[in-house]
Amino acid sequence: MEIGVCVKRVPMVGGKIVLTPDEQEVDTRLSGFTISPHEECAVEEAVQITERLGGIVSVLTLGPAEAADQLRDALALGAKRAVLLETDGREWGPIATAEAIVAEVRRHAADGPGYDLLLCGNEAADTGDYQVGIRVACALGWPCVTGIKNLEITETGGQATARARREFQGGEETFEFGLPAVIGVKEGINLPRYPSLPGRLRAKRAVIEASEPQWRDDGLRKRSLRVPATQRKQATVLGTGADAVPALVGVLDEWGLLS
Amino acid sequence: MTVLCLVEHDADGPADASLRALTFAAKLAGAGPGGPVPVAAVLFGPADQVPGDALAAYGASSAHVVEPGHLDGYAPQAWARALAGLAAQVGAAAVVAAATDRGNEVMAYLGALTGLPMAANCVQAEPGDDGTYQVVRHRWAGLLLEEASLTGSPGLMTVATEAVPPAAVAEPVGALPVHPYAPSLSDDDLRVRATQTAGHSSGASLATARVVVGGGRGVGGPDGFAPLEELASLLGGVVGVSRVVTSEGWRPHRQQVGQTGTKITPELYLACGISGAIQHMAGCGGAKHIVVVNTDPGAPILAHADYAVIGDLGEVIPALVAALRARSASA
Ligand SMILES: Cc1cc2nc3c(=O)[nH]c(=O)nc-3n(C[C@H](O)[C@H](O)[C@H](O)COP(=O)(O)OP(=O)(O)OC[C@H]3O[C@@H](n4cnc5c(N)ncnc54)[C@H](O)[C@@H]3O)c2cc1C
Ligand SMILES: Nc1ncnc2c1ncn2[C@@H]1O[C@H](COP(=O)(O)O)[C@@H](O)[C@H]1O
Repeated sequence: MEIGVCVKRVPMVGGKIVLTPDEQEVDTRLSGFTISPHEECAVEEAVQITERLGGIVSVLTLGPAEAADQLRDALALGAKRAVLLETDGREWGPIATAEAIVAEVRRHAADGPGYDLLLCGNEAADTGDYQVGIRVACALGWPCVTGIKNLEITETGGQATARARREFQGGEETFEFGLPAVIGVKEGINLPRYPSLPGRLRAKRAVIEASEPQWRDDGLRKRSLRVPATQRKQATVLGTGADAVPALVGVLDEWGLLS
Repeated sequence: MTVLCLVEHDADGPADASLRALTFAAKLAGAGPGGPVPVAAVLFGPADQVPGDALAAYGASSAHVVEPGHLDGYAPQAWARALAGLAAQVGAAAVVAAATDRGNEVMAYLGALTGLPMAANCVQAEPGDDGTYQVVRHRWAGLLLEEASLTGSPGLMTVATEAVPPAAVAEPVGALPVHPYAPSLSDDDLRVRATQTAGHSSGASLATARVVVGGGRGVGGPDGFAPLEELASLLGGVVGVSRVVTSEGWRPHRQQVGQTGTKITPELYLACGISGAIQHMAGCGGAKHIVVVNTDPGAPILAHADYAVIGDLGEVIPALVAALRARSASA
């Protein structure tokens, strides 16, 4: 079984998001880069599935050359193969991104057995488009479900099936379908491991397969970004330690929370 | 021309998120360059259970219903297929849904089936003369707003419902006409379908709780949560936590508040031992009041809070619990 995991390089924003002066990007001069926690869990889930059932994990990303760092992070955690769909740094929309991923999936299938399962994050941390995985699945004619917080893959007689569960209105709903498929996972599906030292060394030496898909316009065009106006408050300090408790009780009472 | 709005239901009728989506749809329908157009709700379920009055109150002037005989339960691609068919039938100008798990999923499928772009988590949209929509949408879970233009007809959008309060319309239609719709579905459309939907858990949910007692790294470990649980139950609320707490395995992820957890909208969020990282604040910006308990008077969360107690939560929370118990004993 080969599982492809789609990850996206995004700025690691700290205490505050700062924009570039042209209001087109997040200013990343002082920030590092990372991937969404959902995608970290997708990598971990894929590694766990192959530890159980055999096979390999491939990690793929569409992004600038520097996105190789995020691929190497995933290699250090147990992915074996890394694919970079290299861009010139321009932002790609979800339709164009999905097309480039589909082209990679088809190319890979032409060279061998291809992917049996693609895992995505539920949504990318930056654009939050909630759709790349579904567009990939529909183009390939594969089933897809998102928001998954529990996944069981079983193989019987050469056919693999997925049993995928997610939260629904305080309860849960379950989906079952055959592979190949695309599944969007959410943080909480597992607790990602930390990279091992041998893992890091292996990742450093690994060869990354790179190609350069052609950018194309998407139907959703960004004009500008802005930080929403929030009423910044400054908390009134009620006091220190347990001595502040009577004042705190007074505030809760005033808000009608103690009746 | 019509604006279609997917309406989901929960145990009590139309989901609150869907009433917010209807509010968004009604506003969009009223702003058409050629004058106002009607809003039609789209529901999946028995026709005799369509909540006509509620839909009308929030601006729908008709409803299309796909009954269980045609499509039973939740199947995202089949729901999208039905929306695509209806959009073609009524000549929809836009199709809108709440940005719930199902709403985002169905609308992404609709985008994929039709080849149209889809804008997720919109807070505002205005139709332009040239058939494009000028939208404002959330990025970074609402920490940033994006101004974008959306092309394609119909315009496909999901609504960031925490930013759009439900608003009843001034003149609702009297009796809402309900039209049954029979989608034509292929086997592939039904490949992914919810086979079991487990009953709703009884306890108050994090998303809808009136009081949330938050615990972060400052709680110190899995054993530190008992006083927070006790406080939450005294206040009729639930415990929420930061990502540090779930990634350390101290508490399950379903209790996480924030960008990749749950968005909460309580009357009171009492955040204990939480620094206030922006990804955490993305989940609690909807709280009416925030009170902080933190050892550090410089913690960023103080800039979002009404009141703060500076001190060790291991001392403050048990003292608060004791004070509340004494109060109710003497009352
Ligand atoms: C893409 C992305 C998504 C994310 N999503 C989320 C999310 O959904 N939710 C989330 O919470 N985080 C999220 N994070 C993580 C976030 O950036 C922070 O790392 C996290 O919120 C910090 O948790 P914390 O406040 O508990 O810990 P810390 O930042 O370590 O803060 C601990 C606080 O406790 C105080 N303290 C310590 N001891 C005590 C004591 N005894 N009594 C009182 N106070 C004490 C300290 O002064 C400090 O202010 C995300 C990060 C990324 C990159
Ligand atoms: N540039 C990208 N490269 C690789 N995978 C991506 C990219 N953009 C989105 N994805 C995948 O699709 C998921 C959903 O993204 P989105 O639809 O943009 O919110 C992400 O969590 C990733 O798994």
